[in-house]
Amino acid sequence: MAFWTIAGMTFREAARKKILWTALIAGLGFFVVFGMGLHYQMADFTRGSIPPFLQYQIVSGMLMIGLYTVDLLAVVMTILTSVDTISGEIDSGTIQAIATKPIARWQVLLGKWTGFIGMLAIYVALMFSGTIAEAHWIGGVVPQNPVTGALLVFLECVLALTVTFMFGTWFSTLTNGVIVLGLHGLAFLGGWLEQMSGFVEGSRLVTLGIVSSLVMPTEAIWRRAAFEMESPLAGSLQFSPFADISVPSVAMIGYAGVFMIGALAVAIYHFQKRDL
Amino acid sequence: MERPLDHSNHCAIQTQNLRKVFKSKVAVGNLSLSVRRGEIFGFLGPNGAGKSTSIKMLLGLVKPSGGEAYVLNVPAGDVEIRRKIGFLPEDFRFYHWLTAAELLALHGRLSGVPAATLRERVPAYIDLVGLTPHRDKRLQAFSKGMLQRIGLAQALIHEPELIFLDEPTSGLDPMGRRLVRDIIRAQRERGATVFLNSHILSEIEITCDQVVFIRDGEVVTSRDLRTAQTEEIRVVVRARNLTPEMIAGLATWTTSAVVEDELLTLATLSQDVLPDILRHLVAAGADVYQFTPQKLSLEDLFMKIMGEDRGL
Repeated sequence: MAFWTIAGMTFREAARKKILWTALIAGLGFFVVFGMGLHYQMADFTRGSIPPFLQYQIVSGMLMIGLYTVDLLAVVMTILTSVDTISGEIDSGTIQAIATKPIARWQVLLGKWTGFIGMLAIYVALMFSGTIAEAHWIGGVVPQNPVTGALLVFLECVLALTVTFMFGTWFSTLTNGVIVLGLHGLAFLGGWLEQMSGFVEGSRLVTLGIVSSLVMPTEAIWRRAAFEMESPLAGSLQFSPFADISVPSVAMIGYAGVFMIGALAVAIYHFQKRDL
Repeated sequence: MERPLDHSNHCAIQTQNLRKVFKSKVAVGNLSLSVRRGEIFGFLGPNGAGKSTSIKMLLGLVKPSGGEAYVLNVPAGDVEIRRKIGFLPEDFRFYHWLTAAELLALHGRLSGVPAATLRERVPAYIDLVGLTPHRDKRLQAFSKGMLQRIGLAQALIHEPELIFLDEPTSGLDPMGRRLVRDIIRAQRERGATVFLNSHILSEIEITCDQVVFIRDGEVVTSRDLRTAQTEEIRVVVRARNLTPEMIAGLATWTTSAVVEDELLTLATLSQDVLPDILRHLVAAGADVYQFTPQKLSLEDLFMKIMGEDRGL
């Protein structure tokens, strides 16, 4: 009961602080620009002599760019909106009035986490379905496995959220933000370096990419999501965020899931144990 | 010698050798105290004496490094017992995006009060703290005093048996302080125990039944304010014809006697001897214009115990 009260409060906070509405407005802005881009591309096709097969591949590539942008927006928004939740309330002392209620600390943390999960699920579902719908209506293309892709991006956001919660039980808001964004940056860099390994067989760049993915698996999840959704041509685009040069394995996704559960367990353990 | 903890039902709080060390800093050294049920208990000490850390240990916010603490007969930090505990933190902060009514409803729900009860209780408690015209305003528009009032209401909304109030009158104007005082007394009449930490000693003096003075996380001394027992009574005497022999003769009853012109200030341990002192002065030829016994105020007592150099 109290758990759900905390989860609901997290929703209400996002609405009252205008976070939800700002995210939705940003999402609408994205749809407008993406839709215009698709529209202009289709108009350009009518003036040129590009074969229909290639046209389809180009618009599919645009769809992947759109989905990649959604992925970036979702991860960054996850971190920015949740970074203050635990650490900020500890710093300001706000948590004291809650932690002295008849509700276990793990329920407080898990309640807030669940509230964010709900919001992320709505956000990813809306942004994914909107992007895919635009690509379908304007460009006539659909991704290969949209549900799998959306679920993987959702997993990526949940992972970023959980890591933010975990460090939030140790560090101040600012430090927490720097750490989590830094880790995501590391994963991002590792992912790109791994794509560069296509030039040489057995490149050590692959190892570097895997190690960075083991440290923070967010980007690896995106690359698997891209692999699931992309058309063969988009996948063959070298050095792009959706290139299929070195695709993270299913085992890496499993690792990301275990990583997330481990981070949640550490967050709960430390929040339960620490002085407030 | 250590006394065993009393687990009978008449103690609201019991601690023995409670200790908290942050890295190398000892915040609470060795706190042993006991608070009876139904009393208003004042917790006094200078800054850095370990008052807030002690309260946090009793509430389970901070884990003790050693010792024992029982609250309402269960170990401090027990989750379920918190249904019976209210807490107003020092410098109360809460989600500023909530309205006053929403805040109380939220705290009531988290404390396990049924929704139907809350529908009646929320407006009643908002009225109790004088915030009815502001019930639908968000807390971000509240002044510090208004936040203190709504903070007090959230500590009481579930009608707890034990209430911790950490500086409840800070930020309040005289009317607000009086309101808080009345509310605290009403809580005692309801049968609740109030654990009060305040810097405003005059407030403590007129509100509390019992006070303890702590320094470096240890109880230095305690006083039962209901019996008005203080260490000494000071008497201010304005008289003419005071002679050194007459003053020396006061030593039978007094612990000190200082003359400055026509003003004699003396201290005694019992009010029973006051008539004897007056008779002695008159019989020795003094013309007495004023004879005023003064109880040592809590502030005087505080300064005496803590030393003049230890600021509040």
